Amino acid sequence: MTVSAPDPVHPPSARLRPASIARRLRGVEAGPLPVLLGLVLLWSFFAWQNEHFLSARNLTNLVLQIAAMGTMSVGIVLVLLLGEIDLSVGAVSGLGAAVMAVLDVQRGLGPGPSILAGVATGASIGLFQGFWFTRFRVPSFVVTLAGLLAWQGALLRVLGSTGTLNIYDPAIDGLTGIFLPPWLGWVFGAACVGIAVSGMAGLARRRARAGLSPLPKRALVWPIAVVAVLVPAVVALLNDDRGVPMALLLLLAFVAGFDGMIRRTRFGRHILAVGGNAEAARRSGIRADAVRVVVFGLSGALAACGGILAASRLLAVNQSSGGGEVLLDAIAAAVIGGTSLFGGRGTVWSALTGALVIGSISNGMDLLALPSSEKFMVTGAALLLAVTIDALAREGRPSRG
Amino acid sequence: MNPVARSPLLELRGITKRFGAAQALSGVDLDVFAGEVLALVGDNGAGKSTLVKTIAGIFPPEGGEMRFGGVPIALRGPRDATRLGIATVYQDLALCDNLDVVANLFLGREERATPSRMLDEEAMEKRALAVLHVLNVKLPSVRAAMGGLSGGQRQSVAVARALMGEAKLVMLDEPTAALGVVQTTQVLELILRLKQQGLAVIVISHNLADVFRVADRIVVLRQGRLVGDFETHATARETVVGRITGADAGATPGIA
Repeated sequence: MTVSAPDPVHPPSARLRPASIARRLRGVEAGPLPVLLGLVLLWSFFAWQNEHFLSARNLTNLVLQIAAMGTMSVGIVLVLLLGEIDLSVGAVSGLGAAVMAVLDVQRGLGPGPSILAGVATGASIGLFQGFWFTRFRVPSFVVTLAGLLAWQGALLRVLGSTGTLNIYDPAIDGLTGIFLPPWLGWVFGAACVGIAVSGMAGLARRRARAGLSPLPKRALVWPIAVVAVLVPAVVALLNDDRGVPMALLLLLAFVAGFDGMIRRTRFGRHILAVGGNAEAARRSGIRADAVRVVVFGLSGALAACGGILAASRLLAVNQSSGGGEVLLDAIAAAVIGGTSLFGGRGTVWSALTGALVIGSISNGMDLLALPSSEKFMVTGAALLLAVTIDALAREGRPSRG
Repeated sequence: MNPVARSPLLELRGITKRFGAAQALSGVDLDVFAGEVLALVGDNGAGKSTLVKTIAGIFPPEGGEMRFGGVPIALRGPRDATRLGIATVYQDLALCDNLDVVANLFLGREERATPSRMLDEEAMEKRALAVLHVLNVKLPSVRAAMGGLSGGQRQSVAVARALMGEAKLVMLDEPTAALGVVQTTQVLELILRLKQQGLAVIVISHNLADVFRVADRIVVLRQGRLVGDFETHATARETVVGRITGADAGATPGIA
């Protein structure tokens, strides 16, 4: 036998046998299919139970409801890709929003500087926690759990004796209160389709210029088709109510931006490498600890951004901001969306799809006037299902040939 | 020692290393030439791994002299060795199973497009294909995730990665230990291909059958000393075994 002998693990003749297909499926990334299927099932169920679920008004509300959770979840995805966890994002979101509110409402610093200060607070906290956990080798789980408690205390301190700060600043309220006029919504939709087409065309052109084998047609056409069908449908629907919400643009910007960072930049590649095999990354000259510290900084900054969106929607910051299920929803969204808890596997888009699942459950069960008790139990079941899919996919994945 | 009269790529003179009370290496002299495969054999604890890690810059030697390409060198860390062109493939391979083959080959030295500063996937894929072609490594796809590949394929990618950094000397620690018959053959052919590329190759192996298939020279370590240096084609297996176990305690190393 020579090195060019057919691969004994995947002989061509075995490719299409059912047993072999099953084996291949078990090892494959679960990808976005389970969560998208889950979304379709959820939406069908709620639409069947309540005619208002799929109405323009309700879906617009759904978008506004998930903007904060989705933004925080982007940060959680980054941390999960490292194989770490950040339990402080809820408390940090509340504290970041409180810092912003105090500076804007009480100190009159203006919306821009106040928002920046809130985000910077979150980023600094994240960097500090990242530094602590890499420097002293304390598990991130514990460092951020300590953070959860400490930053909640800081939130109470910052809010002072009243415990609540109402935000009257139209610029901050506008983050979740402004809607694009219909024509601008269509411009945005057209831009999305244009980006998808030019992105795929550019990919094909670069491969051709480098003399590489062309990608299969479907790999190029599918993404364009999905965007070309989905985006105009969403824009038409949102325009039927108040228009495309500013909050959706912000959420999409975070998701698409950080997705680009993970897939297209050297830093993103290093995040995946550290999450996949930290020792291999270190031996390749990647400064694993520096990558970790920066990612925790990003997680803190995104938590603060989410908190600011939540405050904008609530028109206030209070003592329970960032408390309750905020943290768990953000983590659950990332996992339900398909990002692995074991590091190195997942996409930033899972923040969006996972937040849609959790938001839909909450929104739909509210419409059906079901009590919170059942809402929590259904969300818990969805999370359990998602983690099980992740664990099964991991088990079936061959780590050695 | 070497049939061709030329200067060695790597020269070790009197290399000494101890761990506490244990003398791991005592006075090892060794020449390694470009375009040859040198097998490092010996019983467990004979000092094979210590010697390789010394050359790789992980353990600084306590005594002795190292020359690379005729120039005296002092390695302060693995990066120094890598920069000189000394690549080491350890048994655990150090691959990221979640990344594809191209990403693994370029780990830590990703290429970026100008002016966008984004990863230049096309350039990396092109170079990856070229290197794998030179080594005649066959993979289902260079975009396949590492975790789905067989043991032999993984070993091949780990070796190919060593070549991405313009290596002159490649050291392989037990490259066939975990492999089946077919995959072992693949890796041994890969080693011969490295030699054809003009590289010096040092292979640690327990498997004398493999050693006799690929090595030009066999060097035996016992208790931290170099106790045998044989031309493979002129040596019987029993001689090497005797030297490893100490049954035939060669008083004059270098005589085959």
